[in-house]
Amino acid sequence: MSMKTSTRQVDGVTIVDCSGRITLGEGSVILRDTVRDLLGKGNKKILLNLGDVNYIDSSGIGELVSAYTTVKNQGGELKLLNLTKKVHDLLQITKLYTVFDVKDDEAGAVKAFAK
Amino acid sequence: MSPHRVSYTLDSTLDTVNSAEEVASKIATEAGFGDEDVMKIAMAVREAAVNAVLHGNAYDPGKKVQVDFERTAEELVITIKDQGKGLDLNKVPDPLAPENLLKTSGRGIFLIRSFMDEVEINPSQTGTEIKLIKHVHGSAVDGKEASQ
Repeated sequence: MSMKTSTRQVDGVTIVDCSGRITLGEGSVILRDTVRDLLGKGNKKILLNLGDVNYIDSSGIGELVSAYTTVKNQGGELKLLNLTKKVHDLLQITKLYTVFDVKDDEAGAVKAFAK
Repeated sequence: MSPHRVSYTLDSTLDTVNSAEEVASKIATEAGFGDEDVMKIAMAVREAAVNAVLHGNAYDPGKKVQVDFERTAEELVITIKDQGKGLDLNKVPDPLAPENLLKTSGRGIFLIRSFMDEVEINPSQTGTEIKLIKHVHGSAVDGKEASQ
């Protein structure tokens, strides 16, 4: 299953609902383009909902890191929501779990963004 | 159980990466590995195939990727060989080092080593060969293998 994203706004935060696989090629490109488009439109509070992402490879991890640093460098915030066990475990072994701000409750995650 | 071998010669494309992963998943499942190990094996093969296609053969249509699977009662051995210039292991960074944590690449070999029981990387001037080994263990698998 390839990667799909859809976006919605909640209290000034853009929630990106992702599903499928974030892997080398299409999946990584879609994530990159989505984040780039949001930043281009001035949406700098981004919550990536990965609840339906069942697979991610090293390229996908790299794309998450790229998204995180790109948003941060533009003065924004990027947080992760609803990690599946596979993605959670991958971020743990790559020591990225503590780098990202990971949330498991959407309302709480939205509130956690700076006003 | 006599060894069971399957070999594939694949183009240097993204399709190869996906195919290698799918075949690895199928063979690991048939070998009796559990879901988590199947995922780990398939992902290790995917990462090795990515390295072969991107970094080894650099998408060169004239270069191939050879993928061999060998299954015995004790282990699953997967060998992936490219036709590139040979990986310089000294240039593979430690992705867990604080200065590398936010790099956007360089985690493939680390993940491969994390997911497999043994990993051998043999670079040469005619390409890099990486051998991935996963041992069969667990009573269900042992019982299945012993009955054949």
